Amino acid sequence: MMKRTLLSTLVSGALALTATAAHAQVSDGVIKIGVMNDMSGLYADISGMGSVIAAKLAVEDFGAEKKGMKVEIVSADHQNKPDIGSSIARKWFDTDKVDAIFDVPTSSVALAVNDVAREKGKAHINSGAATSDLTGKNCSPNTIHFTYDTWMLANGTGSAIVKTGGDTWFFLTSDYAFGHALERDTEAVVLKSGGKVLGKVRHPLNSQDFSSFLLQAQASKAKIIGLANAGGDTQNAIKQASEFGIGKGGQNLAGLLVFLPDVHSLGLAKAQGLIFTETFYWDMNDQTRAWTKRFAAQSGGKYPSMVQAGVYGSVIHYLKAIEAAKTDDGTKVVAKMKELPTDDVLFGKGSIRADGRALHPAYLVEVKKPSESKGPYDYYKIRATIPADQAFRPMDQGGCPMVAKK
Amino acid sequence: MEIFGIPTQALFGQLLIGLINGSFYALLSLGLAVIFGLLNIINFTHGAQYMMGAFVAYLLLNKLEIGYWWSLALAPVVVGITGVIIERLMLSKLYKLDHLYGLLLTFGLGLIIQGLFRNEFGSSGQPYPIPEQLQGGQNLGFMFLPNYRAWVIGVSLVVCLGTWYVMERTKLGSYLRAATENPSLVQAFGVNVPRMITLTYGFGVGLAALGGVMAAPIYQVSPQMGADLIIVVFAVVVIGGMGSILGSILTGFGLGLVEGLTKVFYPEASNTVIFVIMAIVLLIKPAGLFGTQK
Amino acid sequence: MSTSSISVAATGGASAGLGHQKIAFLVLIAFFAIGPAVLYPVFLMKVMCFALFACAFNLLIGFGGLLSFGHAMFLGTSGYAAAHAAKVWGFTPELALLFATACAALLGWVTGLLAIRRQGIYFAMITLALSQMVYFFYLQAPFTGGEDGIQAVPRGKLFGLIDLSGNFAMYCVVFTIFIAAVLMIWRIVHSPFGQVLKAIRENEPRALSLGYDTDRYKLVAYILSATLAGLAGAMKALVFQLASLTDVHWSMSGEVVLMTLLGGLGTLFGPIVGAAIIISMQNYLAQLGAWVTVTQGLIFVVCVMAFRRGVVGEIANLIKKPL
Repeated sequence: MMKRTLLSTLVSGALALTATAAHAQVSDGVIKIGVMNDMSGLYADISGMGSVIAAKLAVEDFGAEKKGMKVEIVSADHQNKPDIGSSIARKWFDTDKVDAIFDVPTSSVALAVNDVAREKGKAHINSGAATSDLTGKNCSPNTIHFTYDTWMLANGTGSAIVKTGGDTWFFLTSDYAFGHALERDTEAVVLKSGGKVLGKVRHPLNSQDFSSFLLQAQASKAKIIGLANAGGDTQNAIKQASEFGIGKGGQNLAGLLVFLPDVHSLGLAKAQGLIFTETFYWDMNDQTRAWTKRFAAQSGGKYPSMVQAGVYGSVIHYLKAIEAAKTDDGTKVVAKMKELPTDDVLFGKGSIRADGRALHPAYLVEVKKPSESKGPYDYYKIRATIPADQAFRPMDQGGCPMVAKK
Repeated sequence: MEIFGIPTQALFGQLLIGLINGSFYALLSLGLAVIFGLLNIINFTHGAQYMMGAFVAYLLLNKLEIGYWWSLALAPVVVGITGVIIERLMLSKLYKLDHLYGLLLTFGLGLIIQGLFRNEFGSSGQPYPIPEQLQGGQNLGFMFLPNYRAWVIGVSLVVCLGTWYVMERTKLGSYLRAATENPSLVQAFGVNVPRMITLTYGFGVGLAALGGVMAAPIYQVSPQMGADLIIVVFAVVVIGGMGSILGSILTGFGLGLVEGLTKVFYPEASNTVIFVIMAIVLLIKPAGLFGTQK
Repeated sequence: MSTSSISVAATGGASAGLGHQKIAFLVLIAFFAIGPAVLYPVFLMKVMCFALFACAFNLLIGFGGLLSFGHAMFLGTSGYAAAHAAKVWGFTPELALLFATACAALLGWVTGLLAIRRQGIYFAMITLALSQMVYFFYLQAPFTGGEDGIQAVPRGKLFGLIDLSGNFAMYCVVFTIFIAAVLMIWRIVHSPFGQVLKAIRENEPRALSLGYDTDRYKLVAYILSATLAGLAGAMKALVFQLASLTDVHWSMSGEVVLMTLLGGLGTLFGPIVGAAIIISMQNYLAQLGAWVTVTQGLIFVVCVMAFRRGVVGEIANLIKKPL
């Protein structure tokens, strides 16, 4: 039991907030939330410790203590590797009595955790991964998908850009589940809106040098170069694209998945004019601004990404569902979450469909010019709002076996 | 992804990109070749030292407001000094053992350095701007060549040829080469062989750091930047001939070109082609194309 | 031309140490038999898989004197083969294991033919090159799923009868195979073949002059090492129900070197101890992110500078008996 104690000290001590009951005595009197994401790699700024802060705020705002519910939060770094993610999920569910796993960015890891949760009958509430397959062919009665997915991004960004004249595309795609899904979904939207795809090239995850891919994109003479990648890859591609004079040559970049921390890293000088879709922006109304202030106080001044906001919204809804269902059995709570409408200060009112897809409005944003920005993180202009029932893929098009049976 | 019968424009463009990448390979493999040539040690820490060079440049800019041009000189010196320390404290104790221990030591050191930097800076890259004088580019007709990338080719050529010249054509170089062949004899002549060895290691490390500074403005300055690059650089050194300076330079540029060509005709294999060539060369001529078997 | 003089634990006469080795073996069996009552079984299974991987690697370096820097290619190849066989072709687990191990053996034979002709640094470099080729092949090949890996691999029913999806049944299978493999390595080392191998490692020219076809012995040792590494990889794929690129990446090759070095090159039980320490460290320090890398690097450095015999090697040195 020395090893158990050592493990619980390291895990709970460093990162949990509320009561630190030793793991060996965890019973169903405690709701244990596991936040699993990338703490040290490509997506650390988008999720990382910020997601844990968001989860903490959610537990506070839900008022767990007053309601007599004991909630514990643990976290782990999956390093963007599906084998590590699935190992952690297994251990959490098997020995550490974790009831639900939250966040899980990186689509390949999300799919792995999806399987483990289904096998063990526990809950997987994803607000970080992009692949729309989580509510499509890989849908599960134990999984809920919050915040965004590739279909929503493709639809929002893709159709908006084609409508404004960007009708020939070249894709620069990250070579894994997420990249392929994003490319597939965006291509479908482009073709449906009357555009053409002139070419594609796949690059390995975490590429440093995009020069040869960008050259191919330039040679294709497509009006729009779609970046079907995320995080550091997107940033690198944007940096090097400006180096190679892509903007000046008349081509435009479409960032298909860009987050606030990415824009912060790039700086407005390089990122200005980028158009993309998000489901949360800190500066939308007084409530989001107030929440962001609380978040920034704990995060050392960093403002939240939509993924971290998604952790907040999903944890609150999860706790509501447990309160209503009076159990923390994974499958039952997920079912309850689909019954109850969602409502929180960050995403507003929404709902969760039978296939696990959470619906809330999406926003088409454009990055401001440096001269237009009046303060830290004042980066976006909201161009349009896409209502919740239009933002996401219609349920019958996903190919989700649970839904088809009905 | 597969493009056959591409127009010559695109071909030239990719070849030029290949040449630019080749400059980095050449610069880095030069350092490795120098170190292996004299110390018979495969310096697995090279990737981490490359990364340190980039980070020193980044820190110099952000903490001390020292710009790119000074960093080109300062970073290699700073990192070179750390190399000297490593050699004095640890590597020198391993010379009498099997050389594989040196490999393992430098491998371990590389892990430590990379891990420490990752703890401190996280994995996402730090931005480093292209120096003003080198921004913009030339439209060559078949492609747009950023000025900075042309600069990289130039510096690499100068440094590589300069090192080759010193090694092969000067007295200092001849001492170094003699010390490799027969250290005790050379020492008997009054030449301070251990100090030469230390300085040589420091020089090789400094070359790696120089590569890092050159890479900082165009690639992400991140703790991982050296890790996968180093394996390719090993392949270059092995193909060129582990102790041969000229071999590494030519192979570095050559391989950059081959990689560029492969990216055009068969992009899936672009990562593998270097290793295929390395395996073939090792089988036919294990000392490398330009090397001599020791 | 010097043969590798990587230091190995004092090897006394073949019979002198057998008693202690038998005791150590019994301790090993007891530990893994009782272990699951105390520790998380999946963790122990992971230790066993990597221990076997390290033992296989050690066969080559500790007894054959050849440092391979590309052993990940065997672990990964059999992992993908087993995963594919079990998931897509519906093989039962024992068939999947056999198939995957055979794939690793085949790869071992092909790469061995290429690599054995060189020694020392060149051998290490060529194994690295071959391993990188394998890695990039798997990165591109559609059946491996690239970055996603092959997921949701079914554990299936052993012999069509025993359901392995529960941890208990799987553990018994892994335990049995692991102990059998360690026994096999023990037999190999103590056999005439093993003796010739040691002779080749100590002084190859002399072995040659005695009439032994040293290249053939080295090749056989290499293939054996590859096959056992493959067995470890196949088991791992079934235990974790996942095969991914991590298993073929060169850092995995580095890890197995670390495990063996830490445990003790050339000892029988060293790699097992080394694997256990490294896996535990990765597990318990996982929260600390990059400190794991730093610690592993430190262990490398310390082992090379001051602790060359490794844990078990030092123990063996103390009691003056081979372990």
